Amino acid sequence: MKEEWKNFKEGSWCSEINVSNFIKENYQGYEGDESFLEKTTGKTEKVWSKCSDLLKEELKKHVLDIDTDHMSGINAYEAGYIDKDNEVIVGLQTDAPLKRIVNPYGGIRMVYQELDAYGYKLNPTVDKYFNEFRKTHNQGVFDAYTKDIRVARHVGLLTGLPDAYGRGRIIGDYRRIALYGIDYLMEQKKKDWDQLTGPMNEELIHLREDVSMQYRALEEIKKMAEKYGYDISKPAKNAKEAVQWLYFGYLAAIKENNGAAMSLGRVDAFLDIYFERDLKEGILDEKGVQELIDQFVIKLRIARHLRTPDYDELFSGDPTWVTCSIGGITEKEEKSMVTKTSFRILHTLTNLDPAPEPNMTVLWSEKLPETFKKYCAKMSIETDAIQYENDDVMRPLYGDDYAIACCVSAMRVGKDMQFFGARCNLAKALLYSMNGGVDEVKNQLVVPGFDKMKDEILDYKKVKDAYFKMLEKVAVIYSNAMNIIHYMHDKYAYEAGQMALHDTDVNRLMAYGVAGLSVVADSLSAIKYAKVKPIRNEDGIAVDFEIEGDFPKYGNDDDRVDEIAKEVLDKFYKELSSHECYRGAHPTLSVLTITSNVVYGSKTGATPDGRKAGVAFAPGANPMHGRDASGAIASLNSVAKLKYAECCRDGISNTFSIVPSSLGHSKEEQIENLVTLLDGYFVQGAHHLNVNVLNREMLIDAMNNPDKYPLLTIRVSGYAVRFNRLTRKQQEEVISRTFHEKL
Amino acid sequence: MKKGSIDSIESFGLVDGPGIRTVVFLSGCKLRCKYCHNPEMWKMGEANYTAEELVKKILRNKPYFRRNQGGVTFSGGEPLLQSEFLIEVCKLLKKEGIHIALDTAGVGNGDYEELLSYIDLVLLDIKHVTKEQYKDLTGFEMDPSLKFIESLNKSGTSVWIRQVIVPGMMDQDSYLEQLAQVLQSIKNIERVEFLPYHTMGKEKYKKLGISYPLEDLEEMDTEKCKELYQRFMRKYYGKESN
Repeated sequence: MKEEWKNFKEGSWCSEINVSNFIKENYQGYEGDESFLEKTTGKTEKVWSKCSDLLKEELKKHVLDIDTDHMSGINAYEAGYIDKDNEVIVGLQTDAPLKRIVNPYGGIRMVYQELDAYGYKLNPTVDKYFNEFRKTHNQGVFDAYTKDIRVARHVGLLTGLPDAYGRGRIIGDYRRIALYGIDYLMEQKKKDWDQLTGPMNEELIHLREDVSMQYRALEEIKKMAEKYGYDISKPAKNAKEAVQWLYFGYLAAIKENNGAAMSLGRVDAFLDIYFERDLKEGILDEKGVQELIDQFVIKLRIARHLRTPDYDELFSGDPTWVTCSIGGITEKEEKSMVTKTSFRILHTLTNLDPAPEPNMTVLWSEKLPETFKKYCAKMSIETDAIQYENDDVMRPLYGDDYAIACCVSAMRVGKDMQFFGARCNLAKALLYSMNGGVDEVKNQLVVPGFDKMKDEILDYKKVKDAYFKMLEKVAVIYSNAMNIIHYMHDKYAYEAGQMALHDTDVNRLMAYGVAGLSVVADSLSAIKYAKVKPIRNEDGIAVDFEIEGDFPKYGNDDDRVDEIAKEVLDKFYKELSSHECYRGAHPTLSVLTITSNVVYGSKTGATPDGRKAGVAFAPGANPMHGRDASGAIASLNSVAKLKYAECCRDGISNTFSIVPSSLGHSKEEQIENLVTLLDGYFVQGAHHLNVNVLNREMLIDAMNNPDKYPLLTIRVSGYAVRFNRLTRKQQEEVISRTFHEKL
Repeated sequence: MKKGSIDSIESFGLVDGPGIRTVVFLSGCKLRCKYCHNPEMWKMGEANYTAEELVKKILRNKPYFRRNQGGVTFSGGEPLLQSEFLIEVCKLLKKEGIHIALDTAGVGNGDYEELLSYIDLVLLDIKHVTKEQYKDLTGFEMDPSLKFIESLNKSGTSVWIRQVIVPGMMDQDSYLEQLAQVLQSIKNIERVEFLPYHTMGKEKYKKLGISYPLEDLEEMDTEKCKELYQRFMRKYYGKESN
């Protein structure tokens, strides 16, 4: 045993990289309540107060500052501090807090747009490199894109594709640095590299190049830490070092990459082992432990990426998705993995303030301790900052050392990575199947080979057949786009620092996504159970629909329509799965929109469910606003029918808003009922739930008087945002959502 | 097979009995309470559910019943008007071990014994304490409801008392005192709830084209209602509030 591992229980983790084994051999579950938690220390107060001022200034200016002289890179910047004397965890992306990085590897054009928007100019040398000598990911993609992909992208059939910015959604196993030290990780990569021999085909050459880049990236991480006065070549000796080493790993990731979602992984039980050891040895007390967590979280909260105003409009409020997975249970013994540190991390929402980042994600199981369940429910009621994901459906697929990237994407930490694929607009595809493949808004042929329907009343079988054929064609375009994007991303914007913290023989997931599911389900249900008459323009394109009679609507636990939703997902997933993926990736599917349901809706014409042109879709897998009229549970039951393991392994997002008084009279009742609700929902195999406990009136007030609610945080689809940072249109959409209340 | 007339089903009821409850609203009511917020359920509607169909629907929500005695609450309307149908439903629900609550004003067909044998909890709606005012408020005699209380006492079923507090009608000490007396005659009371009068039913009257009897009356202030409740429990009912 190494000296740094003193008092740890031995296991296979000692002779191979196996953080999961280390955790299970050493962590101590905690069954008690939150009464042990401590407040912030004076040091934390000082650091956070400086940050709060800067954050206010940033909110006014939108972007506080940009470093235009350097290009993104693990070791490209000098050390920076918020308040050096009071920071117990150090490290910033650049040399000053909230100063943003320029990352041209994804696309130089995007960088120009970003800098223009905020009145900055790129250093001419950098400018020259990327225009004359260095190709970007974005250029690579467009060199290869086919005409049909370009059209599908232009009309908004496929949107949000990571073809001009970092794909993100990769979680490095940052814990490895703390447990093993950089030198050991480098040795292992060197060993792997030596063993990658044989006939030099493209696959092997590619991998050898990757591993070399990973090796160098590890060296860079070490040098970056040296700038802050730390030698991370050896394992962390104590808890403070463990948090710091781990954070350096994450920091390297966000210095090197600007991916849409840069998630943290699962660190609660891991760090808790170090805290427990130091507490026992008297090196730390509870106040000191909370100080480390609070300050670590402060660092996570000020992670920034340079985005265009358009991007911010799509996603609202500059999200970084520093998703932090908490809790869960073990695979074999089904023992709770909740530790005191699970509480401590959530407690930052009290100690600092409710905030969207890090994206607090509780891995829920019926078997979690009651005390923890109740604490989570209490924090949800008080802060609206937590999302819940069902450990009991993810664990059988991903084991007990997985984490969530972004909103709902599960991955085994250090073993899986994913190729993020944004999403396809299923509602638009439905309209194409009636309109001869022509886009209803842009009046442009997108998918050839379909006739314009001329029926006065739409026929269910005919529409469904055409739609399913359409999905086959769309899947081809989508799959091709994804393969091109990720080929080029690997080539021009490879995440060497993050991939260095993965096993060399990493498992890859191709993460497809859909939007507009509830619109499609209700539309097909209307066609089947009511009479739907299309109103066509002179070109024969259906631009509106008249509906006669009632029809079952998704969100009321009515199989007649819920089965349609399932069937559509099954079909699309089956089609996507039939295409070979780049680098042998396994296809997965998510039902998730983040806040883009507003933009998708605005780009989509009227639909046969009675939704008017331009009206926002429901987010993720949610029923359409106001149509889930049978109460919250019927609404949840409909969503719970969508199959996670069989079809949507990349997540099924559901956002749930409830009025506090409807959740119970007293706080205790509210907590109890929320726990019951979560247990009841997840025990049916549902995947994800965002919980908001708030009043519509309060949101309307916040929309009109933003200054009154500077900290109001709400959960949208898979992440939290400050309500004030949503656009007016997004605020209105959130307010129009179903708030479950009962008279 | 006898069918029941169901107006609607709320899957997430948290205020009509313990835990999370599926609330089934049965159509038909003889009372015309001035503050009624479900006037659309006065008339007996079309018989639209068999017992099996209704039970199947309720059982979908069973995962949510497991904690805190969650279950089903029959409300309305006046569920007692469909007691035969309810008996069939309750028999099936009992096989599944579902907790059953009955939200009633006690004005049904007169024979309650068998039904009450399946009921775990009665939410008894006290309309008013004097016969005259009862009739004025509900348009119906008080005596039938007393008959129900008699059966209820015999059955030994647990009871939660519910009293709507209408400003100017029930928010006086004289009323509270009388209420305490009336409650002496009811056995097995586990809890007393005061529900502040609200005007959320108004819109429904407009839609149905009926004039709203309490047009100019303000809602009951919820804080005042709480104070009233505390006073009632301390001074008149002789128990601490729960």
